[in-house]
Amino acid sequence: MTRVAVVVFPGSNCDADTRDAARAAGCDAYFVWHRDTGLAGADVVVLPGGFSYGDYLRAGAIARFSPVMAAVAAHARAGGAVLGICNGFQILCEAGLLPGALVRNLELRFLSRPVRVRVERTDTPFTTRYAAGEILELPVAHGDGRFVADSRTLAEIEAEGRVVWRYVDENPNGSTRAIAGICNAGRNVVGIMPHPERRVAADCGGNDGARLFLSMEAHHAMERLDGVRAADGGQRGL
Amino acid sequence: MSAYRVAVRVMPRGELLDPQGQAVEHALHALGFAALRSAHVGKHLVLEVDAPTPEAAVDQARAMCERLLANPVTEDFTVAAEGA
Repeated sequence: MTRVAVVVFPGSNCDADTRDAARAAGCDAYFVWHRDTGLAGADVVVLPGGFSYGDYLRAGAIARFSPVMAAVAAHARAGGAVLGICNGFQILCEAGLLPGALVRNLELRFLSRPVRVRVERTDTPFTTRYAAGEILELPVAHGDGRFVADSRTLAEIEAEGRVVWRYVDENPNGSTRAIAGICNAGRNVVGIMPHPERRVAADCGGNDGARLFLSMEAHHAMERLDGVRAADGGQRGL
Repeated sequence: MSAYRVAVRVMPRGELLDPQGQAVEHALHALGFAALRSAHVGKHLVLEVDAPTPEAAVDQARAMCERLLANPVTEDFTVAAEGA
């Protein structure tokens, strides 16, 4: 069973929804406190949404120095899957695990409503169960969601196919190139501004987010299978 | 070793869109301040730092900016000691 660590910072508020969404997808999901220094054998780490440290100074700026972040960075460097949702995305950018930054929405208002995003890439641990080009409806809830990066970084992200989701129909926060989510060069670290964990069942407004969690479960099932094959020299023919 | 007050100014990068500055600019124009060319909104921090000299206090503050107080992707900063 894929072990999913959901990191809880002071001010996280989507932690329980995220854990429950991962559990509903068949993962063994559990909380890790921000002062912990280990991840309890996690296959996947998720930094959930919320307002860690009250968004003081800049969103995510203080959380990135939490003790647990050294373990998160080591997990990412080793190729482990890491997902940041909303505030989690902001923390990953502040920590330098993803490029760019998320700044105040263009219209200066906090946005809390459903938006539409297009799945641009299915080759990340979190998007394999989607079809490229598929349009999803997911809610946003943020004041600082406008993605910015210098032009060289943007060119690099685009050239390497690292925009994972893009807003369609409208660009709610004025993000550069309508970017709603990106991944790192290794494609194992992913950030998304909208909230997939809030759309995992028809009775909570839709289930367009559910396959993100099913993707992470399936991805790690496959990785383990590959591990067994490699250890076996491929003889077992699993 | 004495305490020095260091003023830190953190401003959005010039090439980035500054919607807060624009909102202030529009409001001031609406109030009739026609002479206003532009407005930018940033942060002002006052740090008290123990250091042997004002220069050393400024160096400390600069390191603090690089580590935490400013985001190099979006912000520039200036650091100045406020009278020893």
